[in-house]
Amino acid sequence: MIAGALVHLLPVAQIGQDFFRDRSDSDCISQNGTFCFQWAVDNFTDRYLPPALEHVALVAISVIAGFAIALGLAVLSHRRRWLIPPLNVGTGILYTIPSIAFFFLLLPITGRGNVTAVIALTAYTLQILYRNIVAGLANVPAETKDAGRGMGMSQRQLLWRVELPLALPEIIAGLRIATVSTVALATLAVFAGGDGLGQELVGGSNLTFKTGVILAGGMAILIAVFFDLLLVLAQRLLAPWRRVRPV
Amino acid sequence: MSELLPVADVISSFGDAFDFIVSPQPSPFAAGGGEVGGPAEVLDKLVEHLKISGASFALAVVVALPVAVWLGHRGRGEGFAIAIGNAGRAIPELALIAFTVAFIGLGFANVVFALAVLGIPPILTNTFVGIRQVNRDAVEAARGMGMTGWEVVRRVELPLAVPTIFTGLRTAAINIIATATIATLAGQTTLGDFIINRNVFGDEGVLAGAMLVAALAIAVELTLAGIQRALTPRGLRLERATSAAA
Repeated sequence: MIAGALVHLLPVAQIGQDFFRDRSDSDCISQNGTFCFQWAVDNFTDRYLPPALEHVALVAISVIAGFAIALGLAVLSHRRRWLIPPLNVGTGILYTIPSIAFFFLLLPITGRGNVTAVIALTAYTLQILYRNIVAGLANVPAETKDAGRGMGMSQRQLLWRVELPLALPEIIAGLRIATVSTVALATLAVFAGGDGLGQELVGGSNLTFKTGVILAGGMAILIAVFFDLLLVLAQRLLAPWRRVRPV
Repeated sequence: MSELLPVADVISSFGDAFDFIVSPQPSPFAAGGGEVGGPAEVLDKLVEHLKISGASFALAVVVALPVAVWLGHRGRGEGFAIAIGNAGRAIPELALIAFTVAFIGLGFANVVFALAVLGIPPILTNTFVGIRQVNRDAVEAARGMGMTGWEVVRRVELPLAVPTIFTGLRTAAINIIATATIATLAGQTTLGDFIINRNVFGDEGVLAGAMLVAALAIAVELTLAGIQRALTPRGLRLERATSAAA
């Protein structure tokens, strides 16, 4: 009877031992203190920095891929207005499907790993980016376009030299929303077998480990703030003439 | 023909997942030959998923909507309302659930609280922006007709702000439903059980859970879009919602 109960407890005990083995600051850790500072300092470089960098890479790749696709779709539908409603609906569906469901829907097709995570995160960004690029292009004043045509610009020159630069504030506003949301969502990539800070949140007894939750969660928020500031800076440098609220 | 095999595998995976939803399957891992899946279990988890999401959404609306309407009506706290929206987007869903488990504890009410935290920012920001964006001339005209402050809110500002308010409500609802999926980790029964507990439900259960969560999110989105259409003043329906906030 007792032996049976012990066998039952054994896996839990193993996880516990394994988990706490390499940790200093043992009093705080064994009591699962609110924030074990010494442990955090000792383990930061080995345990939290690599997943944080993976997190940054995951977000950067997803947003860049999403931006390339959204820009292509927006340019495509710019002179073919009838494409806008179906593209809005299509990207809207991809936006609505929760990322965690998307990861597992892709699993039979792309398997576990970062590729699956990147596909789902990219799909998520499309709606925000597409909508904002289209809104930015629509806000370009007709007189400005007329002036461009009067200077003898072709359609293509008009798009790349007049319309897209003038749409930059909206485009960057969209990039800010997409990037910050993707940083938050990328914590879920661990369920798709991907990298990132999510690894330090689930698995073992991480979910209840207070110091780890604060470290991993805090770093995800810091990464979001970092990307946001980077984009604000880009906006100031590239389009200093106007500021818009993210739409 | 060998290059077609993966396609066949993919199709059969989705077929198995569909079978899992429509009829109970022998558990792939349970030694005792128990059955998992089937309409009864799916419905049970769906109801629990809707319960926890509905409670969280209601809490978020009750907290955020009145504050945002009041701030928007008085034209105050713009920086606050916008900052809340921006900060809300940066909350990592998984860390939020982990934070709840580690610091607040398991239990229905705690998870509802955590999910509501996720729903409040989009509702607050979009409602504020929607009310603020109402044409000042329309508000002046309403005042000139002798409407009180409350009447202006109810009969002018709220109807005209419906599209933007609903953008916030839809974002909040979808975020809450998505994150309720991982509320399984905090000990709550949701459709996420199928996804997270692969050792109980098997691969077809995981895929079935993903299909169900995706379908639920789309269904809720369409329902809210329908309600929005019904509430939008007829004159506004013709205009394209230009600033559909995310």
